[in-house]
Amino acid sequence: MNDIEKEHVSLRVQRGGPDDNLHFDTFELPFEPGASVLDALIEIRRNIDPTLAVRYSCVSANACRECMVRIDGEVDYACTARLTGGTMTIEPLAKKRLIRDLVTDIVPPKEQLASVVAARKQET
Amino acid sequence: MTKEAVHLTTDVLVVGAGAAGMYAAVSAARGGADVVLVDKSLIGRGGATIMAQMTVAAAVGHEAPDDWTRHYEDTIAAGRGLCDERLAAILCEEAVDRILELDEWKVGWARENGHMKQVTAPGHSVPRCVYVDFLNTGPSVARCLRGRVAQTDGIARISGVAIVDLVVRDGAVSGAVGFNLEDGAPVTIAANAVVLAGGGLTGIYRRNSASANMGGHAYALALRAGAELIDMEFVQFFPIGHLAPRLVGMDPIMWDPFRYKLGGRLLNGDFEEFIHNYGAEDSGKYTAPRDVTSFAIVRENEAGRGSPHGGAWLSFEHVPETELRAAFGPVIEKLLANGIDLTKQAIEVSPIAHYHMGGVRVDERMETNVAGLYAAGEAVGGANGANRLSGNALPEAFVFGERAGRFAAADVRGQTPAWAARDASAALATLAARSDGRTETSPDAYTHHAIAAELRALMWEKVGLIRTDDSLGTALSRIRELQSELEAAPAAGAAAYDMSLADWFDLRDSLQTAEAVTLAARSRRESRGAHWREDFQETDPALEENQTVALSADGMVTGWQPVGRR
Ligand SMILES: Cc1cc2nc3c(=O)[nH]c(=O)nc-3n(C[C@H](O)[C@H](O)[C@H](O)COP(=O)(O)OP(=O)(O)OC[C@H]3O[C@@H](n4cnc5c(N)ncnc54)[C@H](O)[C@@H]3O)c2cc1C
Repeated sequence: MNDIEKEHVSLRVQRGGPDDNLHFDTFELPFEPGASVLDALIEIRRNIDPTLAVRYSCVSANACRECMVRIDGEVDYACTARLTGGTMTIEPLAKKRLIRDLVTDIVPPKEQLASVVAARKQET
Repeated sequence: MTKEAVHLTTDVLVVGAGAAGMYAAVSAARGGADVVLVDKSLIGRGGATIMAQMTVAAAVGHEAPDDWTRHYEDTIAAGRGLCDERLAAILCEEAVDRILELDEWKVGWARENGHMKQVTAPGHSVPRCVYVDFLNTGPSVARCLRGRVAQTDGIARISGVAIVDLVVRDGAVSGAVGFNLEDGAPVTIAANAVVLAGGGLTGIYRRNSASANMGGHAYALALRAGAELIDMEFVQFFPIGHLAPRLVGMDPIMWDPFRYKLGGRLLNGDFEEFIHNYGAEDSGKYTAPRDVTSFAIVRENEAGRGSPHGGAWLSFEHVPETELRAAFGPVIEKLLANGIDLTKQAIEVSPIAHYHMGGVRVDERMETNVAGLYAAGEAVGGANGANRLSGNALPEAFVFGERAGRFAAADVRGQTPAWAARDASAALATLAARSDGRTETSPDAYTHHAIAAELRALMWEKVGLIRTDDSLGTALSRIRELQSELEAAPAAGAAAYDMSLADWFDLRDSLQTAEAVTLAARSRRESRGAHWREDFQETDPALEENQTVALSADGMVTGWQPVGRR
């Protein structure tokens, strides 16, 4: 990879929810050596498009395991995947229900608000 | 997006599902209560608990003879006169029961020849700290408690609901208002007892070890409900947090055991040792107290002798690779995967905000001055006084969580819900106004992130390691301006998983908590423990008192009160 390619990175990010026309937005960011894909997504939310939806908690400790997405087609944690130069494509998990943008439904069934409400209705 | 309001009724609502909240839920259910456990993130994943990698202090005496009273003495000594002795005693005595209980629950404490291994963390007089290999304490604790919560009858777990306000009726808590992150729908929960286990506040500082959910939420919820806070000025900074190069998948405080085991050299930007210039002996021994190390790094940067990213160099280049590998096995591989070869390069470290000693003021039953409102975990203030011993935070979460759940359950037994919908109307109105869906959030109109970034910088520079009346005064007026700016910020759109809604409520809490820290720091005109006043460098014996913060009709007010004695 040459130096010019390294200076910028383009992130193609899937946008939209289950009822929308899914499409990709491309964001251009400066390339920071060592930065993770999650760093870039947070940077997009902070400085380019705050409406981007992405799930994360521990930020970069790879402890919470909430930030799993598809990166160039491969499932990975956004916090441990490094930015490479050039263009990277970021999509939500394919096998989970899409909520919006990169957020999918990874909440265990029994921890869902809806299932708790349903269970309590049955009891009474 | 249809938003269907949801209402639930329970005996005990637990807000936050870290170690404290999960323990509270289990113990409240053991006490016969119906429990709802909510977290804005996922149960057991959102806070500090799952990130902890080091040790847990408890006088189980497996490694060497020990007794909880010795643990207590060490805790009191670290707290510099301000520990609530009753809470500290409870913490040290019951930590033993909790560590043994977690052992029964198969958390997996590291063992050797049939006994639990214990190491001596800084400030402890005996090897007392248990752990799970390798650097896996927090994840194991979180997994174990998650399993326990799931197996216990009577606990409903809800992930992805953020609580935005508690509801109070006639001076007693009657429930809470929140929203479902997925669709923004309001959620009301009637409960005659609420346990606040929402964790700490270090996310309000620019350099921190926090997750995304550690912006001081429990403190702000408590304040708005009429509860008092205590010791808010005491934020613990960890001296050698990781700064650069970018390191992922590892705890930012991981360098401490490296230094203790191998003796890393701490160097300024000119690659010279400097700690000895600040009145501490460090060279070759690495025993300089944490506060001295922190201040020395900040001072070197002020003098233009910082490392490139504004910290200090930490070098292990003099340590042979065989020794590095013997001491840290697989961790060395993880570092190499991060592009860090300790035999060839120094890394950069800096003090980072790591833990909060202060918090919600509670009695020995973990109850606040608002009837039915309990607190547990890092959200609680008092047990650790002006400084915390390393390894005391997780036991605090276990012990106080267990107690809060137990007393809350006993408290509500046989009661009918005090909930009345009108008590929740103000909180629901704010929620509705903030998510009216009419405004499309345009990036330009969206000021949340700018406010948050400014707050973190402000807290770091003016309410951080070195404080003066001037810096605190400036911070206080700016925080209040930022509060008005936040009020004026646009409402969230109507999209699913609209994080701007959560951002707004997070930031409201963070600004309020920041105000409490700054106010308390300003009126403590002395230096003690983690609180350093450049303009009042001595410890003043007359100020061996705890400071409280509360919300009054005229705003936030501070007060003094004698330290709780046994
Ligand atoms: C990197 C790191 C390493 C550490 N290492 C150690 C160690 O080795 N030993 C030690 O003793 N201590 C350590 N600590 C400190 C210790 O981990 C914490 O003090 C302890 O885990 C706090 O537990 P808790 O349950 O009170 O809070 P947390 O574990 O932080 O949980 C709080 C939960 O509340 C949720 N929440 C917050 N606000 C709301 C809201 N409004 N609505 C719904 N949910 C909400 C959050 O999402 C979170 O899940 C470490 C801390 C960090 C950050």
